[in-house]
Amino acid sequence: MFDFLDLERYDLLGAFWVTVQLTVYSAVGSLIWGTILAGMRVSPVPLMRGFGTAYVNIMRNTPLTVVLVAASLGLYQTLSVTLGGRDSDQIGFRLAVLGLVAYTATFVCEALRSGINTVPVGQAEAARALGLGFTQVLTLIVLPQAFRSVVAPLANVLIALTKNTTVAATIGVSEAALLMKEMIENESDVIFLVFSVFAFGFIVLTLPTGLLLGWVSKRVAVKR
Amino acid sequence: MKLRKAGTAAAAAVVLALTATACGGGSDSGDDEKITVGIKFDQPGLGLKTPDGDYTGFDVDVATYVAKELGYDEKDIEWKEAPSAERENLISRGDVDFIVASYSITDERKEKVSFAGPYFLAHQDLLIRADETSIKEAGDLNSKKLCSVTGSTSAQNVKNELAPKADLDEQGGYSQCLTGLENKVVDALTTDDAILAGYAAQDEHKGKFKLAGLSLSDENYGIGLKKGDTELQKKINDALKKMVEDGSWDKAVKDNFGPAGYKNEPAPEITETS
Amino acid sequence: MSDLSVLYDVPGPRAKRRNWLYTVLFLVVLGLVSWWVLDTMADKNQLAGEKWLPFVEDSRIWTTFLLPGLLNTLKAAALAIVIALPFGALLGIGRLSDHRWISVPVGAVVEFFRAIPVLLLMLFANEAYAQLTDVESEIRPLYAVVTGLVLYNASVIAEVVRAGILSLPHGQTDAAKAIGMRKGQIMSYVLLPQAVTAMLPALVSQLVVIVKDTALGGALLGFAELLSRVRSITANYGANTIAAFTVVALLFILLNFLLTSFASWLEGRARRSRKGTGAVVTEDIGSDVAVVSAPGDDRTDGPGGPGHGPGDGGVRKTR
Repeated sequence: MFDFLDLERYDLLGAFWVTVQLTVYSAVGSLIWGTILAGMRVSPVPLMRGFGTAYVNIMRNTPLTVVLVAASLGLYQTLSVTLGGRDSDQIGFRLAVLGLVAYTATFVCEALRSGINTVPVGQAEAARALGLGFTQVLTLIVLPQAFRSVVAPLANVLIALTKNTTVAATIGVSEAALLMKEMIENESDVIFLVFSVFAFGFIVLTLPTGLLLGWVSKRVAVKR
Repeated sequence: MKLRKAGTAAAAAVVLALTATACGGGSDSGDDEKITVGIKFDQPGLGLKTPDGDYTGFDVDVATYVAKELGYDEKDIEWKEAPSAERENLISRGDVDFIVASYSITDERKEKVSFAGPYFLAHQDLLIRADETSIKEAGDLNSKKLCSVTGSTSAQNVKNELAPKADLDEQGGYSQCLTGLENKVVDALTTDDAILAGYAAQDEHKGKFKLAGLSLSDENYGIGLKKGDTELQKKINDALKKMVEDGSWDKAVKDNFGPAGYKNEPAPEITETS
Repeated sequence: MSDLSVLYDVPGPRAKRRNWLYTVLFLVVLGLVSWWVLDTMADKNQLAGEKWLPFVEDSRIWTTFLLPGLLNTLKAAALAIVIALPFGALLGIGRLSDHRWISVPVGAVVEFFRAIPVLLLMLFANEAYAQLTDVESEIRPLYAVVTGLVLYNASVIAEVVRAGILSLPHGQTDAAKAIGMRKGQIMSYVLLPQAVTAMLPALVSQLVVIVKDTALGGALLGFAELLSRVRSITANYGANTIAAFTVVALLFILLNFLLTSFASWLEGRARRSRKGTGAVVTEDIGSDVAVVSAPGDDRTDGPGGPGHGPGDGGVRKTR
């Protein structure tokens, strides 16, 4: 029944491994860039606030497909940014990570901002009374508490990111969706099986993430 | 009250969308008056939908001539987009009467459709910048960046057989490759020379690009039609012969590929007879 | 948090000077990056007039390519939301059912389609239509795109509906029971009408997600939506890919910005409304997070929402 799974011809595990790598690198990148963006949006410098707001509003109203094409066509084909990649495969992968980070960071930023709202005003006031500056208030007092209350929303962002890595197929990164497209065209008599295999693969990737982080969010939530 | 209004609006939107869909889809190919021909819509030089809504290109000229010989005026032709992956489907389901869309005759395809022609002999070739001197043969590609579209077979040919060390960059469309070529990020674009010549012949690209002139493969373009329809096949073959004899074929080649400095092959012999 | 000043003191003369310094530094960095981008593009002839001017000078580029593409995008998005709504409502209510034989399978369906990338659903639908039906090849991509979007968004809407119903005060159900309404009546006369108001902003935001996802059909299925029109334009106007993608991206941003603004206007109105419960289901666009914020927890009111108010804004209330 599973003859179509010719692993010599279709590198199924390899494709899903690329998906996992895309997810992990992009997740780390978006967490960092998203935190910086959130910092900008609450900072005392009006210009930075404006930049953060404009960036978030533009990015999340753009289709991810367009963001990735912009990375590939704009950054690489026009501005010759290779991100240190040696050949086209490597460059394509790194550009895809960059695009995913640029896009996903906006959701991380918004989640964090709502997390900052959950920190009681007294915390920031007490910190300021002790003489801490903005950066100190943010990094020592507010953000550590904000992070703990937004684990659940961030888990949803991570799951969405895992699914969004499939869009990298549009710029030719050989991850799961591109392989599925190829298999569905070649093995057209067993499309339901092919689809089931890939659906199962994504469920394996996303369900444990949701369950694990759901458990973590309950453990770390600040009791108030 | 407000909700009911929203509901009415939503219902109206559905009805609108559905009728629009029905209008878009309902073209009948069995009509006596009309003939439906599949072409490419986005390939300059071969089959291109222009901003005026007209169609131009070599494939279009051939199709128009053939249709005329079959007894249809230009205005009776209904053009239908035939993307590469859909060509066999369009024919076998009868959505089109025949297809003229840079359709190479291969044994694999002949299992599903019949061909008339060939009407053109193309070769796989490279498009390079006009000032490029370091690419003279396929082997020179080994240290170069080669661009093609995702899933194209011509790129794999080069990679597997001619220049295994070439760095293959796969993009979503030929235009994206051209941007890379223009910006000197990639060094060559590979596919059939007729397609490349179509791009090089565009006004905007005059003097920027040239064909390398390597014949890396033979691609016999045929006219695809329903499998086993020998009557139509014979009629089309006769039309193609006449087109070459009365000079229309040469004129069509000149009109569409002329500015590219493309040395086309002479009109091929008709081989696809049942 | 419109007023962020809790995080920092009112700037004194030194802080003001420092803020100015940061502003200038930030401007310089932004300026340098833009200068580098524009300079490199000009250097590579990508800013040439012939590549950009057609979009202003040649109206045919709009009438033949861009506007029909935009229409297709809107058509697919409208069909998807209109078909997904009733399915989503049914799934959402089914998941709240008292009968386990209904709620468990419905829950499984919802979780299944939420776990799978919408692109995979579209690719599969496209091939399934090609093999199993004789939908014409011209409109098949539309069918495939709409099917993929409906399967995914019905399950997202199911969660929105469920969150909307759960956001209502329990007293509503109790009161309805007390006057002798049956379960079906409670749902259709009491809970749903109130939940709809709370859900509207989330549904409009979901429309933004749908509009963005139609672009996937253009990239990989050959659906003639707005993004895929880039191919036709660049074939006609000498591979002006950068210009074409920029214009298309701007159109998407404008369209989605209008939708987002509409959503926040609806949200504000629902919050202010005195008739309803004041509960609103909002949603983080794209990450399919349905967030319920109950009355009293005004999320734009500075730190301290859930700790003090009755709500639990920011935390998912759907599980």
